[in-house]
Amino acid sequence: MKIVVCVKHVPDAQGDRRFTDDHTVDREGVDGLLSELDEYAVEEALTIAEARSASGEDSTVTVLCMGPEGATDAVRKALQMGADAGVHVCDDALAGSDALATSKVLAAALRTLEFDLVLTGMASTDGLMSVVPAMLAQRLGLPQVTLAGKVELDGTTVRIERDGDSATEVIEAPLPALVSVTDQINDPRYPSFKGIMAAKKKPVNTLSLADLGLSPDDVGLSAAWSVVEAVAARPPRQAGQRITDEGDGGTRLVEFLAGAKIV
Amino acid sequence: MTTSVSVESSFELSRDHEDFRRVVRDFAAEHVAPHSAAWDAAARFPVELVPRMGELGLFGLIVPEEYGGSGGDFTSLCVAIEELGRVDQSVGITLSAGVGLGITPLLTYGTAEQKARWLPDLVAGRALAAFGLTEPEAGSDAGATRTRAVLDEASREWVIDGAKAFITNSGTSITSVITITAVTGRRPDDSPELSTILVPAGSAGLVVDPPYRKLGWHASDTHGLTFAGCRVPEANLLGQRGAGLRQFLATLDDGRIAISALALGLARACLEACVEYAGSRVAFGRPIGANQSIAFAIADLAVAVDSARLLTYRAAALKDRLRAGDGSVDRAQVAAAAARAKLHTSTTAMDAARLATQVHGGSGFIEEYPVARYYRDAKILEIGEGTSEIQRLVIARGLGLPVD
Ligand SMILES: Cc1cc2nc3c(=O)[nH]c(=O)nc-3n(C[C@H](O)[C@H](O)[C@H](O)COP(=O)(O)OP(=O)(O)OC[C@H]3O[C@@H](n4cnc5c(N)ncnc54)[C@H](O)[C@@H]3O)c2cc1C
Repeated sequence: MKIVVCVKHVPDAQGDRRFTDDHTVDREGVDGLLSELDEYAVEEALTIAEARSASGEDSTVTVLCMGPEGATDAVRKALQMGADAGVHVCDDALAGSDALATSKVLAAALRTLEFDLVLTGMASTDGLMSVVPAMLAQRLGLPQVTLAGKVELDGTTVRIERDGDSATEVIEAPLPALVSVTDQINDPRYPSFKGIMAAKKKPVNTLSLADLGLSPDDVGLSAAWSVVEAVAARPPRQAGQRITDEGDGGTRLVEFLAGAKIV
Repeated sequence: MTTSVSVESSFELSRDHEDFRRVVRDFAAEHVAPHSAAWDAAARFPVELVPRMGELGLFGLIVPEEYGGSGGDFTSLCVAIEELGRVDQSVGITLSAGVGLGITPLLTYGTAEQKARWLPDLVAGRALAAFGLTEPEAGSDAGATRTRAVLDEASREWVIDGAKAFITNSGTSITSVITITAVTGRRPDDSPELSTILVPAGSAGLVVDPPYRKLGWHASDTHGLTFAGCRVPEANLLGQRGAGLRQFLATLDDGRIAISALALGLARACLEACVEYAGSRVAFGRPIGANQSIAFAIADLAVAVDSARLLTYRAAALKDRLRAGDGSVDRAQVAAAAARAKLHTSTTAMDAARLATQVHGGSGFIEEYPVARYYRDAKILEIGEGTSEIQRLVIARGLGLPVD
């Protein structure tokens, strides 16, 4: 079983996240890491591959990442967790790419790889649009099975469970397929020290747009279908109002809630 | 052994070390920090955490791959202890003692059979080992050991009588073996012959006394041990008969570097707590950090923490060079660097805890803030694995001073 996991390098949400002058996310000046939501996809891929390998089937996990130079950190983290190889699409012309361009590039990279299963996270922790998996499946003509809370495979099909508010859907698709997984599916492992040392010897293939036969005109900020006109910081939260109970606390709480049209 | 981490004369941490630090920090933030206050309050040893630490490879960092370890270096172990110690000193000492006192003697002096029997479970975090040197009547003066082990020629067993005091990890539900020092005879000059013996947990005649009530390290396991005609096979001798003194001195050198890393974690936690609180707590209409008396004290602490870090990782780097067979480093150099690191870093940790508590005012005395726990946990750092006085003794002797 050959599995490819698409992973994104995102600014650390614990740090100070900023936008650049062209209103895209600042990816240079801030600490980045493997998107936490993608860790679930990596973990799921490793679990599947380990189970398959244990039953005698040759299985590999390749991670695919599009992003600036620093994004190799995300690839490295996945390799440290246990993935076998990495592919990093890196090109200055990619800066500012929207979801459509991203899916185009990832699809082109996937066409150069062999796979039975493509896994992705449910969304990136910076963009949170959650559309790349669907676009990618569309571009590659793969069945798209999104938001899986559980994944089961036999040789030719993948079956997932998607938990909704009132029901759990069970969806089956033939392989090869694209599956996005939620943060409920597993408990991602930490890289062990051994994994960190081993990762240094694993291959990472860096590809440019030219390597993928894509033109700079198809991607990047200038090709984006939408333009961010302005960004503004959210206003700081107002200090709360404190009500000291002087016998009439209940009444005053209700007055406050009524004033805010909550009751 | 495969040591792929840089062992050059510089003691800057490599990128691998920093990657690993991040992993341990994440692990500590997720699996340790949320529980530390509760474990401390209940004086509960979190035994369920040990296998998780094993999965992360923490117990096997300096163990060759054939026993399930990662064949890494001592510096990595220090990084792990520092990061765990930054959020929870009890968990930090569990690792430090588990590896430095539990695994190291077995790894260094054990026979192939002894290693194969004990190491895999210890490395995986399925078991813990302890090192019993201190006795009620022999602490700093460990040569005064009274515990006796007599070889019963008929049954080919050691018969052990005596007592040990304050032994870390000796009474957990997963403790598998306790390495003890004991007098096994007299030398020609009538001085005691000290040897090291492996006592499996649960051996008949080994009594694990109830846990102590301690000032700090509440979530670490510490017991006194009583040996009353305790019998173990002759083959449980660790290393050569009569080599006990040399063995434990070497073990303590390593342990001191590890304790220094533990103290560094506490000092950093205190520094961070000071900066945060001094910037946010308002008195007389301004943050308390606007007072030079507070800001300057914290500035001094930052310098002390930096120097503690450099001393700690210099000692670790020297240790790694010695392990890697670098002929330009000898044991005495490592011992001297270890003593200096441990002395300075434990002093810094204690100073840091005192300052952090003071900066927090009344809140520093209340268990709601972690600084109260840091304060209680700091003191032992100046005592365990050689008191500050003993470190000074080692350093002064190293200088050639006629001190006795
Ligand atoms: C929580 C905890 C965990 C521990 N874990 C372990 C363990 O796992 N294994 C183990 O073997 N031990 C362990 N110890 C024991 C610890 O290492 C000893 O307590 C320590 O070495 C000091 O020995 P002592 O208590 O006998 O004090 P003493 O040796 O009696 O010292 C008392 C005081 O006299 C000073 N002093 C002694 N000799 C001199 C001298 N020559 N010059 C100047 N001053 C001197 C000391 O510095 C100290 O201030 C632990 C202790 C504690 C509290």
